[in-house]
Amino acid sequence: MKHLLSVQDLGAEGVHEVMRLTDSFVEVSGRAIPRVPALRGKTVVSLFYEDSTRTRLSFETAAKRLSADTMTFSVSSSSVNKGESLRDTVETIEAMGIDAVVVRHKSSGVPWRIASWVNASVINAGDGWHQHPTQALLDCYTIRSRKGDLGGLRIAIVGDVMHSRVARSDVDAFAALGAEVLLVAPPTLLPASLEGWPVKITHSLDEVIGGLDVIYLLRIQRERMTEALLPSLREYRAVYGLTADRLRALRRDALVMHPGPMNRGVEIDAEAAEDERSVITAQVSNGVAVRMAVLYLLLGSGADLVAPPAGDQ
Amino acid sequence: MAERERTVMPPRGGIFVPKTQVMDAADLRRAVTRIAHEIVERNHGVDDVALIGLQTGGVPLAHRLHDALRTIGADQMGSRTDVPLGSLDVAFYRDDIGLRPVLPEAVTDIPFDLTGMTVVLVDDVLFTGRTVRAALNALNDYGRPLAVQLAVMIDRGHRQLPIRPDFVGKNVPTRFDEQVDVADDGVTIGEIARPQP
Repeated sequence: MKHLLSVQDLGAEGVHEVMRLTDSFVEVSGRAIPRVPALRGKTVVSLFYEDSTRTRLSFETAAKRLSADTMTFSVSSSSVNKGESLRDTVETIEAMGIDAVVVRHKSSGVPWRIASWVNASVINAGDGWHQHPTQALLDCYTIRSRKGDLGGLRIAIVGDVMHSRVARSDVDAFAALGAEVLLVAPPTLLPASLEGWPVKITHSLDEVIGGLDVIYLLRIQRERMTEALLPSLREYRAVYGLTADRLRALRRDALVMHPGPMNRGVEIDAEAAEDERSVITAQVSNGVAVRMAVLYLLLGSGADLVAPPAGDQ
Repeated sequence: MAERERTVMPPRGGIFVPKTQVMDAADLRRAVTRIAHEIVERNHGVDDVALIGLQTGGVPLAHRLHDALRTIGADQMGSRTDVPLGSLDVAFYRDDIGLRPVLPEAVTDIPFDLTGMTVVLVDDVLFTGRTVRAALNALNDYGRPLAVQLAVMIDRGHRQLPIRPDFVGKNVPTRFDEQVDVADDGVTIGEIARPQP
Protein backbone atom coordinates (compact mmCIF):
# COMPACT_ATOMS: atom_id res chain seq x y z
CA MET A 1 0.00 0.00 0.00
CA LYS A 2 1.41 3.34 -1.05
CA HIS A 3 -1.05 5.90 0.37
CA LEU A 4 -3.64 6.04 3.12
CA LEU A 5 -6.38 8.30 1.84
CA SER A 6 -9.58 6.71 3.09
CA VAL A 7 -10.73 3.78 5.20
CA GLN A 8 -11.91 2.04 2.02
CA ASP A 9 -8.27 1.89 0.87
CA LEU A 10 -7.64 -0.53 3.73
CA GLY A 11 -10.78 -2.63 3.77
CA ALA A 12 -11.63 -4.87 6.71
CA GLU A 13 -8.46 -6.93 6.21
CA GLY A 14 -6.27 -3.84 6.21
CA VAL A 15 -7.92 -2.43 9.31
CA HIS A 16 -7.22 -5.70 11.13
CA GLU A 17 -3.59 -5.57 9.96
CA VAL A 18 -3.20 -2.03 11.35
CA MET A 19 -4.77 -3.13 14.68
CA ARG A 20 -2.37 -6.06 14.96
CA LEU A 21 0.64 -3.90 14.18
CA THR A 22 -0.56 -1.25 16.64
CA ASP A 23 -0.29 -3.82 19.47
CA SER A 24 3.47 -3.91 18.84
CA PHE A 25 3.75 -0.13 18.85
CA VAL A 26 1.74 0.16 22.08
CA GLU A 27 4.45 -2.04 23.60
CA VAL A 28 7.14 0.26 22.15
CA SER A 29 5.35 3.35 23.50
CA GLY A 30 5.25 1.83 26.98
CA ARG A 31 9.02 1.41 27.27
CA ALA A 32 11.45 3.64 29.13
CA ILE A 33 12.95 4.57 25.74
CA PRO A 34 9.95 4.57 23.40
CA ARG A 35 11.85 4.55 20.14
CA VAL A 36 12.77 1.98 17.50
CA PRO A 37 15.12 2.47 14.54
CA ALA A 38 12.63 1.16 11.97
CA LEU A 39 12.33 4.29 9.78
CA ARG A 40 15.83 5.70 10.13
CA GLY A 41 16.65 8.00 7.24
CA LYS A 42 13.03 8.54 6.20
CA THR A 43 11.54 12.02 6.22
CA VAL A 44 7.92 12.72 7.06
CA VAL A 45 6.50 16.18 6.44
CA SER A 46 3.26 17.44 7.90
CA LEU A 47 1.40 19.79 5.61
CA PHE A 48 -1.44 21.31 7.57
CA TYR A 49 -3.63 23.87 5.85
CA GLU A 50 -6.05 23.72 8.77
CA ASP A 51 -5.60 24.09 12.51
CA SER A 52 -4.82 20.99 14.49
CA THR A 53 -3.36 20.12 17.85
CA ARG A 54 -3.67 16.42 18.44
CA THR A 55 -3.41 15.06 14.91
CA ARG A 56 -0.28 17.00 13.96
CA LEU A 57 1.50 16.38 17.27
CA SER A 58 0.42 12.76 17.20
CA PHE A 59 1.85 12.17 13.71
CA GLU A 60 5.09 13.95 14.59
CA THR A 61 5.50 11.97 17.80
CA ALA A 62 4.79 8.77 15.89
CA ALA A 63 7.38 9.60 13.23
CA LYS A 64 9.99 10.46 15.86
CA ARG A 65 9.39 7.24 17.78
CA LEU A 66 10.13 5.39 14.55
CA SER A 67 13.39 7.40 14.21
CA ALA A 68 12.16 9.21 11.07
CA ASP A 69 12.99 12.88 10.52
CA THR A 70 10.08 15.28 10.61
CA MET A 71 9.40 18.59 8.93
CA THR A 72 6.49 20.82 9.79
CA PHE A 73 4.81 23.13 7.37
CA SER A 74 2.50 25.75 8.73
CA VAL A 75 0.52 27.84 6.32
CA SER A 76 0.63 31.04 8.35
CA SER A 77 4.42 31.43 8.10
CA SER A 78 4.93 30.05 4.58
CA SER A 79 5.01 31.26 1.00
CA VAL A 80 1.32 30.36 0.74
CA ASN A 81 0.87 33.89 2.05
CA LYS A 82 2.72 35.14 -1.04
CA GLY A 83 0.21 33.32 -3.22
CA GLU A 84 2.09 30.07 -3.89
CA SER A 85 -0.28 27.40 -5.20
CA LEU A 86 -0.85 24.05 -3.51
CA ARG A 87 0.85 22.21 -6.35
CA ASP A 88 3.95 24.42 -6.29
CA THR A 89 4.15 24.15 -2.51
CA VAL A 90 3.92 20.37 -2.61
CA GLU A 91 6.45 20.02 -5.42
CA THR A 92 8.88 22.34 -3.63
CA ILE A 93 8.67 20.24 -0.49
CA GLU A 94 9.04 17.02 -2.42
CA ALA A 95 12.16 18.35 -4.14
CA MET A 96 13.84 18.46 -0.72
CA GLY A 97 13.57 14.69 -0.59
CA ILE A 98 10.72 13.35 1.49
CA ASP A 99 9.15 9.94 1.95
CA ALA A 100 5.69 10.78 3.27
CA VAL A 101 3.36 13.76 3.39
CA VAL A 102 0.71 14.03 6.07
CA VAL A 103 -1.95 16.35 4.68
CA ARG A 104 -4.81 18.23 6.23
CA HIS A 105 -6.85 20.59 4.09
CA LYS A 106 -10.24 22.25 4.27
CA SER A 107 -11.24 20.96 0.82
CA SER A 108 -12.35 17.40 0.23
CA GLY A 109 -10.18 15.41 -2.15
CA VAL A 110 -6.94 17.40 -1.77
CA PRO A 111 -4.93 14.34 -0.59
CA TRP A 112 -5.93 12.49 -3.78
CA ARG A 113 -4.70 15.40 -5.91
CA ILE A 114 -1.41 15.49 -4.01
CA ALA A 115 -1.01 11.74 -4.39
CA SER A 116 -1.26 12.19 -8.17
CA TRP A 117 1.54 14.78 -8.15
CA VAL A 118 4.21 13.25 -5.91
CA ASN A 119 6.16 10.03 -5.51
CA ALA A 120 6.04 10.16 -1.71
CA SER A 121 3.38 8.35 0.31
CA VAL A 122 0.40 10.55 1.14
CA ILE A 123 -1.54 10.19 4.39
CA ASN A 124 -4.86 11.93 4.72
CA ALA A 125 -5.06 13.65 8.10
CA GLY A 126 -8.47 15.12 7.34
CA ASP A 127 -9.87 16.63 4.15
CA GLY A 128 -12.88 18.91 4.54
CA TRP A 129 -16.03 17.01 5.46
CA HIS A 130 -14.78 13.92 3.72
CA GLN A 131 -12.38 11.48 5.46
CA HIS A 132 -10.07 11.18 8.47
CA PRO A 133 -8.86 7.59 8.28
CA THR A 134 -6.30 7.57 11.11
CA GLN A 135 -8.95 8.90 13.51
CA ALA A 136 -11.20 5.99 12.54
CA LEU A 137 -8.33 3.53 13.05
CA LEU A 138 -7.52 4.84 16.51
CA ASP A 139 -11.21 4.76 17.40
CA CYS A 140 -11.41 1.13 16.30
CA TYR A 141 -8.27 0.32 18.26
CA THR A 142 -9.61 2.02 21.40
CA ILE A 143 -12.88 0.09 21.22
CA ARG A 144 -11.07 -3.16 20.43
CA SER A 145 -8.72 -2.75 23.41
CA ARG A 146 -11.72 -2.37 25.77
CA LYS A 147 -14.24 -4.71 24.15
CA GLY A 148 -12.02 -7.27 22.43
CA ASP A 149 -13.81 -7.07 19.11
CA LEU A 150 -16.17 -4.69 17.30
CA GLY A 151 -18.34 -7.45 15.84
CA GLY A 152 -21.98 -7.08 16.96
CA LEU A 153 -21.43 -3.93 19.03
CA ARG A 154 -24.07 -1.21 18.92
CA ILE A 155 -22.31 2.10 18.30
CA ALA A 156 -24.13 5.45 18.14
CA ILE A 157 -22.50 8.42 16.43
CA VAL A 158 -24.22 11.49 17.79
CA GLY A 159 -24.34 15.04 16.51
CA ASP A 160 -23.02 16.98 13.57
CA VAL A 161 -22.68 14.13 11.07
CA MET A 162 -23.04 16.42 8.07
CA HIS A 163 -19.83 18.39 8.61
CA SER A 164 -17.89 15.50 10.10
CA ARG A 165 -15.09 13.68 8.29
CA VAL A 166 -14.63 11.68 11.48
CA ALA A 167 -18.18 10.34 11.16
CA ARG A 168 -17.68 9.33 7.52
CA SER A 169 -14.48 7.44 8.26
CA ASP A 170 -15.81 5.93 11.47
CA VAL A 171 -18.97 4.64 9.80
CA ASP A 172 -16.88 2.85 7.18
CA ALA A 173 -14.44 1.41 9.70
CA PHE A 174 -16.98 0.35 12.36
CA ALA A 175 -19.21 -1.27 9.73
CA ALA A 176 -16.25 -3.04 8.11
CA LEU A 177 -15.44 -4.63 11.48
CA GLY A 178 -19.03 -5.81 11.92
CA ALA A 179 -20.49 -3.25 14.32
CA GLU A 180 -24.04 -1.96 14.08
CA VAL A 181 -23.81 1.80 13.52
CA LEU A 182 -26.53 4.21 14.49
CA LEU A 183 -26.54 7.88 13.53
CA VAL A 184 -28.29 10.12 16.04
CA ALA A 185 -28.76 13.70 14.87
CA PRO A 186 -31.30 16.38 14.06
CA PRO A 187 -32.34 16.25 10.38
CA THR A 188 -30.49 19.51 9.69
CA LEU A 189 -27.17 17.96 10.74
CA LEU A 190 -27.46 14.82 8.61
CA PRO A 191 -26.15 14.74 5.03
CA ALA A 192 -28.78 15.29 2.34
CA SER A 193 -28.38 11.70 1.17
CA LEU A 194 -27.38 8.69 3.24
CA GLU A 195 -27.77 6.28 0.34
CA GLY A 196 -25.32 3.42 0.63
CA TRP A 197 -24.31 4.23 4.22
CA PRO A 198 -24.36 1.04 6.33
CA VAL A 199 -26.24 2.80 9.15
CA LYS A 200 -29.56 3.21 10.90
CA ILE A 201 -30.86 6.66 11.68
CA THR A 202 -32.77 8.09 14.60
CA HIS A 203 -33.50 11.60 15.81
CA SER A 204 -33.96 10.67 19.46
CA LEU A 205 -30.97 9.98 21.67
CA ASP A 206 -33.12 9.14 24.69
CA GLU A 207 -34.83 6.27 22.84
CA VAL A 208 -31.59 4.43 22.11
CA ILE A 209 -29.11 5.42 24.81
CA GLY A 210 -29.87 2.50 27.14
CA GLY A 211 -28.90 -0.11 24.54
CA LEU A 212 -25.57 1.29 23.40
CA ASP A 213 -22.14 -0.30 23.74
CA VAL A 214 -20.42 2.87 22.56
CA ILE A 215 -21.63 6.47 22.37
CA TYR A 216 -19.49 8.56 20.05
CA LEU A 217 -20.09 12.30 20.35
CA LEU A 218 -19.13 14.58 17.50
CA ARG A 219 -18.02 18.14 17.90
CA ILE A 220 -20.48 20.82 16.88
CA GLN A 221 -18.41 22.46 14.16
CA ARG A 222 -19.49 26.03 14.35
CA GLU A 223 -16.68 27.12 12.02
CA ARG A 224 -18.13 25.02 9.20
CA MET A 225 -21.76 26.07 9.66
CA THR A 226 -22.71 28.67 7.09
CA GLU A 227 -26.39 28.79 7.93
CA ALA A 228 -28.61 28.49 10.96
CA LEU A 229 -28.83 24.70 11.35
CA LEU A 230 -29.52 24.76 15.07
CA PRO A 231 -31.97 26.91 16.99
CA SER A 232 -29.41 27.34 19.78
CA LEU A 233 -26.57 25.46 21.42
CA ARG A 234 -28.59 25.26 24.60
CA GLU A 235 -31.40 23.48 22.80
CA TYR A 236 -28.91 21.16 21.10
CA ARG A 237 -27.48 20.22 24.49
CA ALA A 238 -30.93 19.55 25.89
CA VAL A 239 -31.80 17.09 23.10
CA TYR A 240 -28.46 15.61 21.97
CA GLY A 241 -25.87 16.48 24.61
CA LEU A 242 -24.42 13.78 26.89
CA THR A 243 -25.63 15.31 30.15
CA ALA A 244 -25.40 13.90 33.67
CA ASP A 245 -28.97 12.54 33.30
CA ARG A 246 -28.19 10.70 30.09
CA LEU A 247 -24.96 9.42 31.61
CA ARG A 248 -27.12 7.59 34.17
CA ALA A 249 -29.15 5.99 31.38
CA LEU A 250 -25.97 4.68 29.74
CA ARG A 251 -25.00 1.08 30.51
CA ARG A 252 -22.25 0.47 33.07
CA ASP A 253 -19.98 -1.17 30.49
CA ALA A 254 -20.58 1.37 27.71
CA LEU A 255 -17.80 3.59 26.36
CA VAL A 256 -17.95 7.37 25.91
CA MET A 257 -15.85 8.66 23.01
CA HIS A 258 -15.14 12.03 21.42
CA PRO A 259 -12.60 12.91 18.71
CA GLY A 260 -11.72 16.24 20.33
CA PRO A 261 -11.55 19.13 20.70
CA MET A 262 -14.56 19.03 23.01
CA ASN A 263 -17.15 21.76 23.41
CA ARG A 264 -17.82 21.11 27.07
CA GLY A 265 -21.36 21.96 27.96
CA VAL A 266 -22.55 21.52 24.37
CA GLU A 267 -22.24 17.98 23.00
CA ILE A 268 -20.64 16.64 26.18
CA ASP A 269 -20.87 17.76 29.80
CA ALA A 270 -17.79 17.85 32.00
CA GLU A 271 -19.17 14.97 34.14
CA ALA A 272 -19.40 12.78 31.04
CA ALA A 273 -15.93 13.63 29.81
CA GLU A 274 -14.49 12.70 33.18
CA ASP A 275 -16.69 9.66 33.79
CA GLU A 276 -14.93 6.32 34.24
CA ARG A 277 -16.61 5.10 31.04
CA SER A 278 -14.93 7.88 29.08
CA VAL A 279 -12.00 6.70 26.94
CA ILE A 280 -11.28 10.10 25.41
CA THR A 281 -7.70 10.34 26.68
CA ALA A 282 -7.08 6.71 25.70
CA GLN A 283 -8.11 7.71 22.17
CA VAL A 284 -5.32 10.29 22.14
CA SER A 285 -2.62 7.96 23.46
CA ASN A 286 -3.67 5.16 21.12
CA GLY A 287 -3.49 7.72 18.30
CA VAL A 288 0.30 7.79 18.50
CA ALA A 289 0.64 3.99 18.30
CA VAL A 290 -1.90 3.74 15.47
CA ARG A 291 -0.07 6.40 13.46
CA MET A 292 3.22 4.59 14.06
CA ALA A 293 1.58 1.50 12.59
CA VAL A 294 0.33 3.46 9.57
CA LEU A 295 3.70 5.11 8.93
CA TYR A 296 5.46 1.78 9.32
CA LEU A 297 3.04 0.01 6.98
CA LEU A 298 3.48 2.65 4.29
CA LEU A 299 7.22 3.32 4.61
CA GLY A 300 8.86 0.37 6.28
CA SER A 301 7.04 -2.91 6.17
CA GLY A 302 7.66 -3.62 2.51
CA ALA A 303 4.28 -5.31 2.64
CA ASP A 304 3.83 -4.82 -1.09
CA LEU A 305 7.26 -6.16 -2.01
CA VAL A 306 7.49 -9.55 -3.63
CA ALA A 307 9.17 -12.35 -1.72
CA PRO A 308 12.97 -12.31 -2.02
CA PRO A 309 15.10 -15.43 -2.48
CA ALA A 310 15.00 -17.85 0.41
CA GLY A 311 17.38 -17.32 3.29
CA ASP A 312 18.23 -14.83 5.98
CA GLN A 313 17.48 -16.92 9.03
CA MET B 1 10.92 -18.77 11.90
CA ALA B 2 9.76 -15.20 12.75
CA GLU B 3 8.98 -12.96 9.80
CA ARG B 4 10.97 -15.15 7.50
CA GLU B 5 8.21 -17.71 7.45
CA ARG B 6 5.85 -15.11 6.04
CA THR B 7 8.25 -14.47 3.20
CA VAL B 8 8.74 -18.05 2.17
CA MET B 9 5.31 -19.48 2.81
CA PRO B 10 2.30 -18.94 0.56
CA PRO B 11 0.88 -16.66 -0.61
CA ARG B 12 4.07 -14.59 -0.89
CA GLY B 13 6.53 -17.39 -1.48
CA GLY B 14 6.58 -21.09 -2.20
CA ILE B 15 5.93 -24.29 -0.28
CA PHE B 16 8.39 -26.00 2.07
CA VAL B 17 9.33 -29.40 0.65
CA PRO B 18 11.09 -31.56 3.29
CA LYS B 19 14.14 -33.59 2.16
CA THR B 20 16.19 -34.91 5.07
CA GLN B 21 15.37 -35.23 8.73
CA VAL B 22 18.47 -34.34 10.76
CA MET B 23 17.01 -34.67 14.28
CA ASP B 24 13.98 -36.54 15.58
CA ALA B 25 11.85 -35.76 18.63
CA ALA B 26 14.15 -37.71 21.00
CA ASP B 27 17.26 -35.98 19.61
CA LEU B 28 15.60 -32.62 20.20
CA ARG B 29 14.70 -33.55 23.77
CA ARG B 30 18.26 -34.65 24.52
CA ALA B 31 19.71 -31.48 22.96
CA VAL B 32 17.41 -29.27 25.05
CA THR B 33 18.43 -31.09 28.24
CA ARG B 34 22.13 -30.83 27.36
CA ILE B 35 21.90 -27.10 26.54
CA ALA B 36 20.08 -26.49 29.82
CA HIS B 37 22.92 -28.19 31.70
CA GLU B 38 25.50 -26.19 29.75
CA ILE B 39 23.74 -22.95 30.68
CA VAL B 40 23.88 -23.92 34.36
CA GLU B 41 27.51 -24.96 34.09
CA ARG B 42 28.68 -21.85 32.20
CA ASN B 43 26.93 -19.45 34.57
CA HIS B 44 27.60 -21.34 37.83
CA GLY B 45 23.88 -21.65 38.48
CA VAL B 46 21.11 -19.52 37.09
CA ASP B 47 20.72 -16.84 39.76
CA ASP B 48 21.07 -13.94 37.34
CA VAL B 49 20.14 -15.73 34.12
CA ALA B 50 17.12 -14.86 31.97
CA LEU B 51 15.89 -16.59 28.82
CA ILE B 52 14.56 -14.58 25.89
CA GLY B 53 13.14 -16.40 22.89
CA LEU B 54 13.22 -14.71 19.48
CA GLN B 55 9.85 -14.61 17.73
CA THR B 56 8.64 -16.94 16.56
CA GLY B 57 10.88 -20.00 16.27
CA GLY B 58 12.90 -19.26 19.40
CA VAL B 59 9.90 -18.87 21.66
CA PRO B 60 8.82 -22.54 21.99
CA LEU B 61 12.48 -23.50 22.36
CA ALA B 62 12.93 -20.94 25.17
CA HIS B 63 9.89 -22.46 26.91
CA ARG B 64 11.40 -25.96 26.62
CA LEU B 65 14.72 -24.74 28.01
CA HIS B 66 12.87 -23.03 30.84
CA ASP B 67 11.13 -26.30 31.74
CA ALA B 68 14.38 -28.25 31.44
CA LEU B 69 16.13 -25.83 33.81
CA ARG B 70 13.36 -26.36 36.33
CA THR B 71 13.73 -30.15 36.25
CA ILE B 72 17.49 -29.92 36.75
CA GLY B 73 16.61 -28.90 40.26
CA ALA B 74 17.49 -26.41 42.89
CA ASP B 75 20.46 -28.34 44.30
CA GLN B 76 22.58 -27.66 41.23
CA MET B 77 21.37 -24.19 40.41
CA GLY B 78 21.67 -22.06 43.49
CA SER B 79 18.70 -20.39 45.05
CA ARG B 80 16.38 -20.08 42.05
CA THR B 81 14.83 -22.70 39.81
CA ASP B 82 12.39 -20.52 37.90
CA VAL B 83 14.38 -18.31 35.52
CA PRO B 84 12.71 -15.22 34.03
CA LEU B 85 11.36 -15.91 30.55
CA GLY B 86 10.56 -13.39 27.84
CA SER B 87 10.03 -13.12 24.11
CA LEU B 88 11.41 -10.59 21.66
CA ASP B 89 10.30 -9.59 18.18
CA VAL B 90 13.13 -7.89 16.30
CA ALA B 91 11.20 -6.72 13.21
CA PHE B 92 11.69 -2.99 13.87
CA TYR B 93 15.43 -3.46 14.36
CA ARG B 94 16.20 -5.38 11.17
CA ASP B 95 18.64 -3.94 8.64
CA ASP B 96 16.59 -5.04 5.64
CA ILE B 97 13.50 -2.91 6.33
CA GLY B 98 12.32 -1.61 2.99
CA LEU B 99 14.17 -4.35 1.10
CA ARG B 100 11.70 -7.12 1.83
CA PRO B 101 8.47 -7.58 3.76
CA VAL B 102 9.20 -7.12 7.47
CA LEU B 103 6.27 -7.28 9.86
CA PRO B 104 6.30 -8.30 13.52
CA GLU B 105 4.75 -11.65 14.36
CA ALA B 106 3.93 -10.93 17.98
CA VAL B 107 4.25 -8.29 20.64
CA THR B 108 7.53 -8.29 22.54
CA ASP B 109 7.06 -9.41 26.13
CA ILE B 110 9.92 -8.87 28.58
CA PRO B 111 8.23 -8.61 31.99
CA PHE B 112 11.42 -8.12 34.01
CA ASP B 113 14.40 -5.76 34.23
CA LEU B 114 17.38 -6.87 32.14
CA THR B 115 19.90 -4.64 33.81
CA GLY B 116 22.63 -6.73 35.44
CA MET B 117 21.21 -10.03 34.13
CA THR B 118 22.89 -12.61 31.94
CA VAL B 119 20.49 -12.88 29.04
CA VAL B 120 20.43 -16.07 27.01
CA LEU B 121 18.93 -15.33 23.59
CA VAL B 122 17.23 -18.41 22.18
CA ASP B 123 16.49 -19.05 18.51
CA ASP B 124 15.74 -22.13 16.47
CA VAL B 125 18.19 -21.61 13.59
CA LEU B 126 21.37 -19.52 13.35
CA PHE B 127 22.08 -18.58 9.73
CA THR B 128 23.41 -15.18 8.56
CA GLY B 129 23.42 -13.75 12.09
CA ARG B 130 21.34 -10.73 11.11
CA THR B 131 18.41 -11.61 13.35
CA VAL B 132 20.80 -11.89 16.31
CA ARG B 133 22.38 -8.53 15.39
CA ALA B 134 18.90 -6.97 15.43
CA ALA B 135 18.12 -8.69 18.75
CA LEU B 136 21.28 -7.26 20.36
CA ASN B 137 20.21 -3.76 19.32
CA ALA B 138 16.68 -4.35 20.57
CA LEU B 139 17.91 -5.58 23.97
CA ASN B 140 19.74 -2.28 24.42
CA ASP B 141 16.40 -0.49 24.48
CA TYR B 142 15.17 -2.63 27.37
CA GLY B 143 18.16 -2.31 29.65
CA ARG B 144 21.84 -3.12 30.00
CA PRO B 145 22.42 -6.83 30.54
CA LEU B 146 25.64 -7.90 32.25
CA ALA B 147 26.21 -10.38 29.44
CA VAL B 148 24.35 -11.82 26.47
CA GLN B 149 24.72 -15.44 25.39
CA LEU B 150 23.21 -17.19 22.40
CA ALA B 151 21.56 -20.61 22.35
CA VAL B 152 20.37 -22.13 19.05
CA MET B 153 19.07 -25.55 18.12
CA ILE B 154 20.65 -25.56 14.65
CA ASP B 155 23.76 -23.74 13.44
CA ARG B 156 23.57 -24.00 9.67
CA GLY B 157 26.58 -21.80 8.78
CA HIS B 158 26.72 -18.98 6.19
CA ARG B 159 27.35 -16.24 8.74
CA GLN B 160 27.47 -12.69 7.35
CA LEU B 161 28.34 -11.04 10.67
CA PRO B 162 30.91 -11.80 13.40
CA ILE B 163 28.45 -13.70 15.60
CA ARG B 164 28.86 -17.15 17.15
CA PRO B 165 26.56 -19.21 19.35
CA ASP B 166 27.43 -20.18 22.95
CA PHE B 167 25.15 -23.23 23.01
CA VAL B 168 24.32 -25.32 19.94
CA GLY B 169 21.94 -28.25 19.55
CA LYS B 170 23.51 -29.46 16.32
CA ASN B 171 25.77 -28.11 13.59
CA VAL B 172 24.17 -28.83 10.24
CA PRO B 173 26.01 -27.90 7.02
CA THR B 174 23.55 -26.57 4.46
CA ARG B 175 23.40 -24.97 1.06
CA PHE B 176 22.56 -21.26 1.18
CA ASP B 177 19.25 -21.74 -0.62
CA GLU B 178 18.04 -24.60 1.58
CA GLN B 179 15.58 -24.12 4.44
CA VAL B 180 15.73 -25.58 7.94
CA ASP B 181 12.47 -26.32 9.70
CA VAL B 182 12.53 -26.81 13.47
CA ALA B 183 9.31 -28.28 14.85
CA ASP B 184 8.42 -30.00 18.14
CA ASP B 185 8.84 -33.43 16.59
CA GLY B 186 12.16 -32.90 14.84
CA VAL B 187 14.36 -30.90 12.50
CA THR B 188 14.12 -31.18 8.73
CA ILE B 189 16.14 -29.72 5.89
CA GLY B 190 14.19 -28.94 2.76
CA GLU B 191 13.74 -26.60 -0.12
CA ILE B 192 11.22 -24.01 -1.11
CA ALA B 193 9.30 -25.02 -4.18
CA ARG B 194 8.09 -21.94 -5.95
CA PRO B 195 5.02 -22.15 -8.10
CA GLN B 196 5.85 -21.62 -11.76
CA PRO B 197 4.83 -18.11 -12.80
